[in-house]
Amino acid sequence: MKIHEYQAKKIFANFGMPVQDGYVFENIEEAESTIRRVQKDFNTEDVVVKAQIHAGGRGKGGGVKYSPNFDKAIQNAKNILGMNLVTHQTGEKGQLVRKVYVTEAFDIAEEYYAAITLDRGKGMDVFMISSEGGVEIEKVAAETPEKIVKVWIDPLLGMKSFQARKLAYGLNLSGDAFKAAMKIFMQMYHAYQSIDATIVEVNPLILTTDGRIIVLDAKVNLDDNALFRHKDISDMRDFDEEDPMEVEAGKFSLNYIKLDGNVGCMVNGAGLAMATMDIIKLAGGEPANFLDVGGTASAETVKNGFRIILSDENVKAVLINIFGGIVRCDRVANGVVQAVKELGLKVPVVVRLEGTNAKEAQGILAKSGVDIIPAIGMKDAAQKVVNVALGN
Amino acid sequence: MSILVNKDSKIIVQGITGSEGQFHAGQMLEYGTQVVAGVTPGKGGQQTLDNRVPVFNSVEKALEQTGADTSIIFVPPPFAAEAVIEASYAGIKVVVCITEGVPVHDMVKVKKVVDQNGTRLIGPNCPGIITVDECKLGIMPGFICKKGNIGVISKSGTLTYEAIAQLVNVGLGQTTAIGIGGDPIIGTTMKDCIELFEADPDTKGIVVIGEIGGQMEIEAARWAKDNVSKPMVGFIAGQTAPPGRRMGHAGAIVSGGDDTAEAKMRILGECGIAVAESVADIGNLMKAAMEK
Repeated sequence: MKIHEYQAKKIFANFGMPVQDGYVFENIEEAESTIRRVQKDFNTEDVVVKAQIHAGGRGKGGGVKYSPNFDKAIQNAKNILGMNLVTHQTGEKGQLVRKVYVTEAFDIAEEYYAAITLDRGKGMDVFMISSEGGVEIEKVAAETPEKIVKVWIDPLLGMKSFQARKLAYGLNLSGDAFKAAMKIFMQMYHAYQSIDATIVEVNPLILTTDGRIIVLDAKVNLDDNALFRHKDISDMRDFDEEDPMEVEAGKFSLNYIKLDGNVGCMVNGAGLAMATMDIIKLAGGEPANFLDVGGTASAETVKNGFRIILSDENVKAVLINIFGGIVRCDRVANGVVQAVKELGLKVPVVVRLEGTNAKEAQGILAKSGVDIIPAIGMKDAAQKVVNVALGN
Repeated sequence: MSILVNKDSKIIVQGITGSEGQFHAGQMLEYGTQVVAGVTPGKGGQQTLDNRVPVFNSVEKALEQTGADTSIIFVPPPFAAEAVIEASYAGIKVVVCITEGVPVHDMVKVKKVVDQNGTRLIGPNCPGIITVDECKLGIMPGFICKKGNIGVISKSGTLTYEAIAQLVNVGLGQTTAIGIGGDPIIGTTMKDCIELFEADPDTKGIVVIGEIGGQMEIEAARWAKDNVSKPMVGFIAGQTAPPGRRMGHAGAIVSGGDDTAEAKMRILGECGIAVAESVADIGNLMKAAMEK
């Protein structure tokens, strides 16, 4: 799960980290009062107006504006709220800005980078810092890897002081700033652990001209599998930032991701679902979605999956590909028949059922009278569905 | 011969009284697997599955009474990590964790513990292991398999079944098939399994099925290039997956660089593995490789 910058900063602040803070507004009528409140509470004339969307690169896309005074802040706020922000992470379509964060501003002496994430290969969390902050870390890693310092953290011991020291030395800090950075790194690790994050990233972490270390931007992604033990954080989920069809699918425990093609597919198991998308492409079509109905597909889940696929207007044909293990194919077949009868057959449907009770399932489909196209094997299924999608 | 489990493996089912545990323990028994005990804290002393399997309160107790050496876990996600650790400290040698949705922070700790204790963990979020006609330690449909000489390793459950069915269609049976799971942290890697199959005299060919995300396939292929004498076929799912989107499995996400399907397929090929462009070609390619 992703959360907004302002939410991530709230979490960081709860762990004692010094963050650049402010207030959020969602309606243009609240813009004035929000800006005034930030100016008063943070005792500042200049502020920063920041678009809140679940994607990086907001600054480059024009979604973050330094505002030296109230008038400029209002102007920026009006421009940013409701804008369609396009960044390298949103894709061409961009993302509508529904929330704007107005924050205090700092005089920046240095910009750094700090992040913690999982190193899958080592099976350990890795804490990375760089003296080159405020830019894309991938670029730093590619061009000047010597400017990135990493420490790997023993999962049974947690982060140790010597490791935080190594990171702070890596930023060439000394005196009070060194101590402050060390403390922030320990708090950041504590936050990462406590909230079951998959990544915490501060870019930039800044040294102000008066020698303070401040979190200027914050990114936090959370492990969906661990949300059961973080009710307060689950409540931060912003459904506006997600695809409505994916949200709808989630209600039925369906794992659905919308893509841009014209061949819908419904499959059991994530690996087989990806392989099905791939073979559709090889057969000359374009997959319209990823949909894993899971290990316990019932007639009901099949029906809901079918409905969600068909709500995508680009879909010209559907492939149902089920390899029954625990899932019994006869149940899936009943679900398909029921779905077709209730929802109607707007586009051609190709069905391939293999594994547990596949023969019975084929009997059910044949007898039902619904006009589906049976297929044997994945190659046959992919060719058939692409043919009908292309109108052949 | 086979790898990891065989007809002599004595198995404990952790979470045997839950609905998943009940169903699959029954299926495993039916396949001829030696399920010798179940564990559910608080239900020790009961008998389950038509009085065929005794239930114990702890893995330690079950092991003491039955001499089990292997365990399979059907415990809900919040408690799965601890179930693995309990099995590991009790001295179980091979642990399969079926549970889907184990928090990754839990798994990082579990991985460290099982490595320190020398426990072989398969999974989590996997279909388990099957040694054909001997032992089904998992949730896969046993009837699709046929005894033979191919070893199968896969990150994905149903894609394992697909590969097995294709092998059977071209007349090739299997020694052992293993679903290692698609989570970011898993107990046993693809390379570990290849190493076991290479050492198994009955296994004559190896199928590896990977997907986008992580570096495991590449690490395995590079190792195999210098160490494996048997013909290998590989497939990578997710050629059409968009970057930055998690495709079902927690670990299946393209985050840039070498973890795309394209890059993995290229590197597998460079390491001498016959790469199936299409999922439908896995069986045929293995057959061709075996006839060489």
